[in-house]
Formats: sequence, structure tokens, C-alpha cells
Amino acid sequence: MSTPMHRRELLAGTALCCLVASIVPAEARIVAGALPWQPSAGAPPTQVRPGPWQFFTPEEGAAVEAIVDRLIPPDPQTPGGKDAGCAVFIDRQLAGAYGDSRALYMRPPFMDGAPNQGPQSPLTPAMRYRQGLAALDKYCRGAFAGKPFAQLSDEQKDQVLTGLEKGPIQLDGASAKGLFEHILNNTQEGFFADPVYGGNRDMVGWKMVGFPGARYDYRDWVERHNERFPLPPVGITGRPDWLAH
Amino acid sequence: MTRMLPSTDVVIIGLGWTGSILAHELTSAGMNVVAIERGPWRDTATDFPPTYAQDELRYHIRHDLFLRPAQQTFTFRTNTNQTALPIRTWGSFMPPNGVGGGGVHWNAETWRFLPSDFRLRSHLTERYGRKLLPDDMTIQDWGVTYDDLEPYYDKFEYLCGTSGKAGNIKGAKQAGGNPYEGPRSRDYPTPPQKQPYAPTLFAKAARERGYQPFPQPSGNLSEAYTNPLGVTLGPCTYCGFCEWFGCGNYSKASPQTTILPALVRRANFTARTECEVVRIELDKSGKRATGVTYVDSSGKEWMQPAELVLLCAFQLFNVHLLLISGIGKRYDPQSGQGVIGRNYSYQVTSSVDAYFDDKNFNPFVASGAIGMCIDDFNGDNFDHGPHGFVGGGYMGAVQTNGRPILGTRVPKGTPAWGAEWKKAAAKNYLSSYSSATHGSCYSYRDAFLDLDPTYTDRHGRKLLRITFDFHDNELKMSQYLTERLGEIVQQMGPHTLEKKPRKGPYNIGQYQTTHTCGGAVMGSNPKTSALNRYLQSWDVPNLFVMGATAFPQNAGYNPTGTVGALAYWAADAIVNQYLKNPGALVQS
Amino acid sequence: MRRAALLGLLLVTGACSSDAASDNESMTRDRQNFETIERGRYLATVGDCAACHTDTGGKPYAGGRPVETPFGNLLASNLTPDRETGIGAWSDDDFVSAVRQGRSRGGVRLYPAMPYVYYTKMSRADVLAIRAYLATLEPVHHQVTSNQLPFPFSIRASMAVWNALFFTPGTFKPVAGKSAEWNAGAYLVEGPGHCGACHTAKNFLGGDKRSRTLEGGVLQGWYSPNLTGDKRAGLGSWSPDEIVAYLKSGHNDAAAATGPMSEVVADSTSQMRDDDLRAIAAYLKDQPATGAEPSRVAASDPAMRAGEAIYVDNCAACHAMSGEGVARLFPALKGGPATQSADPTSLIRVVLQGARSVATEGAPTGPAMPAFDWKLSDAQVASVLTYIRNSWGNAAAAVSASDVHRSRGTLASQ
Repeated sequence: MSTPMHRRELLAGTALCCLVASIVPAEARIVAGALPWQPSAGAPPTQVRPGPWQFFTPEEGAAVEAIVDRLIPPDPQTPGGKDAGCAVFIDRQLAGAYGDSRALYMRPPFMDGAPNQGPQSPLTPAMRYRQGLAALDKYCRGAFAGKPFAQLSDEQKDQVLTGLEKGPIQLDGASAKGLFEHILNNTQEGFFADPVYGGNRDMVGWKMVGFPGARYDYRDWVERHNERFPLPPVGITGRPDWLAH
Repeated sequence: MTRMLPSTDVVIIGLGWTGSILAHELTSAGMNVVAIERGPWRDTATDFPPTYAQDELRYHIRHDLFLRPAQQTFTFRTNTNQTALPIRTWGSFMPPNGVGGGGVHWNAETWRFLPSDFRLRSHLTERYGRKLLPDDMTIQDWGVTYDDLEPYYDKFEYLCGTSGKAGNIKGAKQAGGNPYEGPRSRDYPTPPQKQPYAPTLFAKAARERGYQPFPQPSGNLSEAYTNPLGVTLGPCTYCGFCEWFGCGNYSKASPQTTILPALVRRANFTARTECEVVRIELDKSGKRATGVTYVDSSGKEWMQPAELVLLCAFQLFNVHLLLISGIGKRYDPQSGQGVIGRNYSYQVTSSVDAYFDDKNFNPFVASGAIGMCIDDFNGDNFDHGPHGFVGGGYMGAVQTNGRPILGTRVPKGTPAWGAEWKKAAAKNYLSSYSSATHGSCYSYRDAFLDLDPTYTDRHGRKLLRITFDFHDNELKMSQYLTERLGEIVQQMGPHTLEKKPRKGPYNIGQYQTTHTCGGAVMGSNPKTSALNRYLQSWDVPNLFVMGATAFPQNAGYNPTGTVGALAYWAADAIVNQYLKNPGALVQS
Repeated sequence: MRRAALLGLLLVTGACSSDAASDNESMTRDRQNFETIERGRYLATVGDCAACHTDTGGKPYAGGRPVETPFGNLLASNLTPDRETGIGAWSDDDFVSAVRQGRSRGGVRLYPAMPYVYYTKMSRADVLAIRAYLATLEPVHHQVTSNQLPFPFSIRASMAVWNALFFTPGTFKPVAGKSAEWNAGAYLVEGPGHCGACHTAKNFLGGDKRSRTLEGGVLQGWYSPNLTGDKRAGLGSWSPDEIVAYLKSGHNDAAAATGPMSEVVADSTSQMRDDDLRAIAAYLKDQPATGAEPSRVAASDPAMRAGEAIYVDNCAACHAMSGEGVARLFPALKGGPATQSADPTSLIRVVLQGARSVATEGAPTGPAMPAFDWKLSDAQVASVLTYIRNSWGNAAAAVSASDVHRSRGTLASQ
């Protein structure tokens, strides 16, 4: 016959006590009696997977890969922005909540403010990249006999980037400086963010500076002054040593 | 159509630090308490577990734990000649959201204000006459003294298990602590945290220059601790994901780790989350709050009647609700009349960056409030006579994090990108260090809060408008503090030193602190304060307003210790005076 | 009179005299008899009757709560004094027969989801005390059709065979030569506490494996540990004080109750008297260890090396590099039955889904472990569990990736 019992549903359900007999607003989350609990609860990040661009067109992707590889150029010690996955990172970010500014206050009227009044542009990052990369493409083809940014030499690329950064280059229909700063910020984000987001591949950014990553316990190290921390970096989704071989 | 709910004894708006403290004290007194929180329930293992809390991009850069500006924001202008524009994305400060409020993602720097801070105008006038006080400076005495609040500072620190070393116990100076602090009745509940390399070098240099360094008081605990509510916290593990982040291992003092586990068990406590209070309701006389109206996550409106209303939201939201609800006389900067919105202040911080050749600071071994500090230049701890400004702040080597996206530091003049940048970033990450000053911000006639004429939130309510800039007094102070800090850091032996004093104009886009203060300040005079000394509204006696909203000006310290003490002080008055005899506790 | 002494006294009385029956009967009808009602309330707490007979959000003891079995659901019955839908019209013999014999009113056979195989050890006097307490509750009109099992399991008569095989009726008989405290603990554990319902392994027909009493058992995704004196997998490394602290608050310096044991602590043991908890501890500490010393997996094993890396990166921030945890907050992984149980089912589950430990009035913190199911693969969970089971002096069988895989499947279907 049956095994005696399963202790009905376990503590697995939310431990909400039975409630007040009075009217309870149905659309509120009520917490009373005990701390809520659900198994496997939480909102961990989703691993970015390699694959086709989710936001960029092929041309935009090629341009951004070329840009990030000059902002963070490869050298014998550390890969550059492209191999570190910075363009993939930016692509996935633009395809998500960051790209469309859905969390920000984007109500009109939009007015130009003073420099200390914070960003006032109605452009979301997605729009800025789309417009900015199109304008950049137009500029490059004009200035370099029909070549897009990705096909310029390294010196030419650096020249263009400096021009955007410092002002001499104006883009048609987009802010040159705005675009440059945006891409630079996102590139550095991608280089140093957790690899789960598609950049900092193999934790190369962290290895470059010596940041041990998503570690959480340094108690044994607080008072070891001026000593090198020996463990390799680890990301939210792990490191090679987690695999048994 | 607004639906009416059954009445309750107490309704609390916002379930952060002050909401949790008040809920606990009042349920202990037998009151039925309903707390209404705009954001979600937050729990350590579910919402900031050490399996994914350590994510700089998500939490520090994309602001995942904070209120979304799309849900509520403010407008900002430097002065009345400017048109205020919305804060479309957070910069200067980070408004909290959700149960636990700012207590979830603070650094846990837990300071007390100085005795002189509480009677600031009297004290400065006594010492310096009126010469150092600009005419448009509106600093005030608080209406309470440090001695009044001492037992409640103690209560908050023992709730949190604060780690530190006392500098003054009942008047007797203690070696190793802050020699300038007001007398405390006993030592901290747990000893100071261990210090990493740079703070020890800083302390040595500070001592060599004749100052008296001490460990910063910290709500990230040095050891496991069980507080008087029976709730247990664990030891901080120096993970370096403190401010901006929730703590994954129960070692940062927060409502979650100190109060909520005991509070939720009580039959007379209920929390409703994802409900936004849109208005405090008043009766026809305008002198009595009847409850609050709130909107749930489906957009339905409810009215929660209550005998006592406690406004416990973040400072800016408190003032916003008072203005929207028509409570108290609105401040008019032209006439100087009115109190709601008056005496808005902030914090004046600065830093000194230093680059070394031969040192490895392991910046990632960090905690929100470790560090060695000096208080020699705080408050009125030094003679301001020669200097032409008032105010001051603590300064120190505070090692909160080494997160690389924002913490990769290169010396001035290094290109912002390219091979040079890359080399400099690699070279300097472990061997550079940033120290800070944390200065006071006094209040002025032209720094205030009111309602914006143009921009609205999703409910159609006008946004709160912030009018604020740094005054010469504060900029002079910052310059002075930064110079003194620079001297100490120079003593540590860097090859390059960069002093970065605070410069005007106030930039709403650059993070400084979330220490916005004032707007409905406490005091003895209803003409210049919105609240009496018990944080009770002068206009509506069954309404109390918590938080840094009550600060008539800000001192040179992080505010949360004082916010906690005031909450306990107010709770005591409510339980032992108000409930026994509801009505105004102070005759105006 | 001290309650434990009272309990002991009734033990002796109940075991040898049935004349006491009629006295006890009149006691149950006498609503003035505070002592009997109070003892009945206490025994209902020890027996944790409400765990099944009070539905979530329902009135006390009004029944209707589903009790899951592998063959379908049963609904616990209404024990309030309602005459139509509860037990108000039952005789005392009906009630005693149901609790101690598994035969309800009218001879209806109960399924052993109602743990009469354990409650049989209770004296008639104690069972009637419970009845006296139940009689003081608010009568609730709530019709419950208990038998929700599908055909052919719904045929109750088949229980006759099962009972013949696996049920030995009879009250508890004190063991000569053991202390009064030991016997009080034995009564509580073997009788109303019905600890073996979870902590004794079952055979394929669902009866207790008598030779493995209290050596641990699996129940739909949770492993209830060995309660004998085994130094690794049982309570051999716990002092009696630690057992008492655990039952009282769900926490001691090394361990935390979670899963089904949370409710046992919250609703039952945390409300028991200290001397009864000490009696339980005395009895359990006297249960001999059985089983051979397991061999330790070598530190050089690839799974151990990977497990160490995973442990340092993920677990040490709470459980410490030394495996010692933090007293009353994060359980120690070094030593103790939670880590070294022969069966790793609970360990796997806690790592995959996370777990909230119990909160009680005296210890309200209720620290929780986060879920790792999204973060670690089957092999990684297996590695880190093998590592903790064989480090710091621990020794227990390795956990395999297929163990973890199977657990994921079980949990997903729950």
C-alpha cells in the first residue's frame, strides 16, 4: 500500500499566514506572519550566448567591432575590445532594457539644459547608436573614398575617433561627441563587466588589472597587506577550475 | 473609484529603516500597524543572494535595486532663474525603492552628529558672532540636543550591531576612538572591522601630522551578533559589493537583517507591497489626517483609514507627499515665509587620488564602512575664525570597493582610450588609491523644494522640483578640507597626487551621495519648522514625519545614524506620550 | 506537579490498568477538567495533529488538507466537535480506535497516512486527553471526503493485509533498567512524536523497515537524517544540549532545520517543555550506531579539486573556509548528519532550490540559502557536495552527477 505520507505541501509554498478576515486588496502583495519563501526564487542574470547580432545590422556590427578594437587595442598581454567581446556586449545591451530607456523618465517636453542638469536627450541608446553609426558611416565614406570605418587603417581609425572625441569632426544628424562618449563608456563596461553579459570574455579585462571577480570572501586577506592575491578571477557563472578533469 | 478599507490604528508610508523601526515599536505597544510600500518585498536569499549580487554592471551602473525614474522622479534647477528639467536618469543621488529602502544598499557608515551640530546657529553665533554666517544662510537649532538623543543613538547602534571603537564614554576619552565625538553611554556592540593596507598607511600618516585617526563606525559587522530583537547577523566578508548592492550574507545592518524577521511574525503587523501612496488624506478642518490613498499594482485606488499616520519614505518623497497633500504652508523663497520645502540641503564631498609605485592595495578587499578617518576638521572641531567659512567634515581612507568598470583609475593627462589608456589602467589598478572628505552642507534661503509647474508622474501629480546649488561657504570648506587631506595623503608617499575639491555648479548628473536632507525640518518655532522636536507635524498632530527630512541642515557625517536615533526618539514620544493623550505634544 | 513527572506517572498507569478507562472517560466529558484538557492540547502539539488536520487558511482542526501519497491524495478529516461533519457524535472508543488501531467509527480502516502505527503506543488516557482538548474547539461544519485515492487503492479493506504485515498494535511498555527520563523520551519518540514516520526507511509497500529504525528515510525529495548515535551520519557528534536547542529553536551552533522539519519545529517541538526535549535527547543519544565507517574520497580526486574551487568561490562566504559556518546563522558543514548522511537527497535539494531555515519566536532570523540550480551544472553540484562530504574530517559517499540530475527531475515534477 502507499507510503504513509508526504507531509502535504511543504514549507515550499509562500509562508503567508491565513489572513485577516476583512477586505484585503487583491492586487497588493501582502506580507504577514512569516517571511515569504519560494524554492528556486530569485532573478539571476541570463547568460549571453554567441550568435548573430540581435540589434546591430551586419554593417553596424562590423563598425562597432572595429571601434571597440581601437578603443581597447589588442596587445601581446591582453586581447583587444573585439576579442574581449565588447561589441557583443553592446549589441545585447542595446537589444534589452538599457537600449530603449524604458526605466528612465522619457516624458516630454525635452529641452536642452545646462551641463549640470543631466542628460535631456530624447534619444535612447538604441536610437543614438543607430543614428550615430549611420552618420559615422556617411562621414567615413565621404572622407575616405567610399570606405566604411571598419575598412580604414588603424591610424585612420584612431584619427577619426580622436576627431569625434575632441570636436573637429561633426556628424550629420548626430552628436559626434555624444556618440563617442557613449561608445567609449559601453566599451569599458563590456570590457570589465561580468562575462555573463557577453564581454570580458574569459575574464581578460579582470586578468589585465588584477580584479578577482565575483568573489565574496576576503576575510583571510584583509590584514595581508601589500601581498598579491593569488586566486584566479571567477565570474558569476564560474571559472574553468569548477570543472572536474 | 476609491475603495475604503477597514480602519487601522497606524498606517506607515514606506517600509525602510524608519518605517521598520516605528512598526516594531508600535506593534510592541499593541497597535495594529499597516505598512504600505511602493516597491517589492526584498529578501536576502531571493533578491541579493551571493550567487549573483556581485554584479557591478547590473547594480551600480544599471541601477537595478533603485527606484526607476519612469515610476517617479524630480526636476532640478540651480536657481530660480533657470527652468527646472527632469532628472531622467539618476546621477547625483540614488532614490531607494522596495522594502528595506536605502537600508538595503547603503554603505553602512554609521555616525553620530556632534553635540554642536544640534544647536548649530546658537553655537556658531556664540563662538564667532555673526560674521561667519552669510545673511542668506538659514541654519537653525534642531530643538533636540545630542544628550536628548544619546540613548536613541545607542539603541540604533545596538539594533544594528555597529562595529566601532568608542572615543568618549561618559566623558572619559578612550584611546583609539574618535576624540571629538559626543559622550556615549557605552562602547559599540561589536569591535571595529579589520583594516586593509591603505587605511593603515593613512592612519600612520595622519598621526605623523598630529591628527587622531580612528576606525570608521560600520554597520557591516566585524563578528556575528544577535540583537535585542533576537535577530542574528553574520560577519562581513569584505566582498567589496556594499553600497549600491544588497548584502548576500546577512552581515550588513538593514531592516532585513535586524528587524523584519521579528516584525513579520506579529499578528498586528501587515505589509502591503507594490502599493504607492499618492496622497495623505485630511479631514475638513485640515488639521487631522484620516488615512492615506494608495494605488495598487493594478492601478486600483484604495483608501486606508488610520488614527495615526507615519510618513516614513525617503526624504524627497516625504516632502513631495506633504506638498501634494496640502499639509503645512508651502515655502516661498521670495518672502521667506512657509516651511514645506524650506531648508533643503545635501552633502559636500571631495576626493584625493594618489598613485604609488611600490604598493598593492588589493582594492577589492573592501567593505562599505571600513577605513581610518580623522574628525579634526569636522563641525566646529577647529577654529574657523581665520578661514572665512563654517562647517567641516570627516576625511579618511575609506575602502568601499575595487570594482573595475568605475574603479579603474588613470592619472590626469592619460588618454581616455587606446594603448596608453590600457597600459595605465593595468599599471594603476592595484597601486592607486582614492581618499575622501565628507563635508557638511548648510541651508540657504535659495535652496528649497517645491512642485514643478510642467512635469508630472504617471498619476498626473506634479513632480517635486529641487532648486539647489553649492554656496561659497561650502566650496571654501571643501577646498580647505581637500587641501588638508592632500597633505596627509602626500605623507603616504605617492608619486602622483590629484586633489579634487568640490566645484560648483552642483551637477545633478554626477554621483556624490544620497544624503538629501530637509524640506520639512524639525525645530522649536512653527514659523521656521514643519515638525516639532518629536517629529510631529505642527499642522496635523496625528502625522509624524521621519527621516533626514527633519534635518534643518546637514552635518559632516553620513545621516543614517541620526535618522535611526530620531526614529527611536519619535517612537518613544508616540508610545509614551502621544498614545496616552493624542494631540499636539508641544504647544506652538 | 511537574509535567514530565505527570507524564511518567500516566505512562505507568496507562500501561497496566484498564480500570482507569472509565475514570478517564468521565474526565473527557468534564469540561472543568483543565488538567486533562491542557495535557490533551500539549499532546496534540507533540503529535502535531494540526499539521494535517488544519488546512492552510482553514479553521483549526477542521480538516480538508490534502495528504499526498504516491497513489493519490487523501484529505485529513474534520476533528472539530461538529456532530455531522466532525467527531462530535463519536464515542470515546471510536476515537481511541481510530488513533490507536487505525479503525475509525464503524470499523472503517484508515490509511497509514494517519500514523496510527505510532500512535498505537499512546495510552488510552492520553488519547482521551487529546479528545477532551478537541472537544473544546469551535465546531466547524465542514464535510470532508477523506478517500480521494483512485481505484483500486480506494478499497480500504485492503488495509487489513497491510496491517497484518506491518502493524503491531499495543501501548508503550517502559523498558526496565532505563531511567524515567529515557522512558519518557522513548514514549514521545515512538508514540505521539511519530518521528519514525519520516526518520525510518520504508519498504516497497510503505511499512517501516524494522531493522533500520530511526536510521533515516527519504520522503518525496527530502531525506530525514539518521537519529541514532552514528558519529557521522547520526546524532553521535551532538550533545544532548544541542539536540534540545535544535528542537526548541530549529537551530544549534552547527545545524539548522529546514524543509519539513521546519514545520515540526515551528508547530510542535518548539512548543514542548524543556524536560520533554531533554528526555527525547536522552533516548536518541542512547540509540546505538550501526553501519560501517565510510571511506573518505581523496583530496586529489578530480571531483574534490573541482569541488574545492566551487566551494571557495561560492560557499565560503557563509559556511567559511573551515566549514564551520556561523553559529545559529549558517550551518556548519564540517561534521554532523546534514553533510554526512548516507543519502544526499536533502543536500542536493537544498543546493538546487535553496532553503529557508525555520524561524521561531526565540530565534526569528530564519536565514535562507539561495538557489544554485541555475548556476551550477549537475557535475558541479556533485563535485561540491562530494567535497564538503569529504573535507575537514568528514567522510561520506561521493555524490554523482546522475544523482543530481535525478533530483532535478523529481523537483521539477513537484
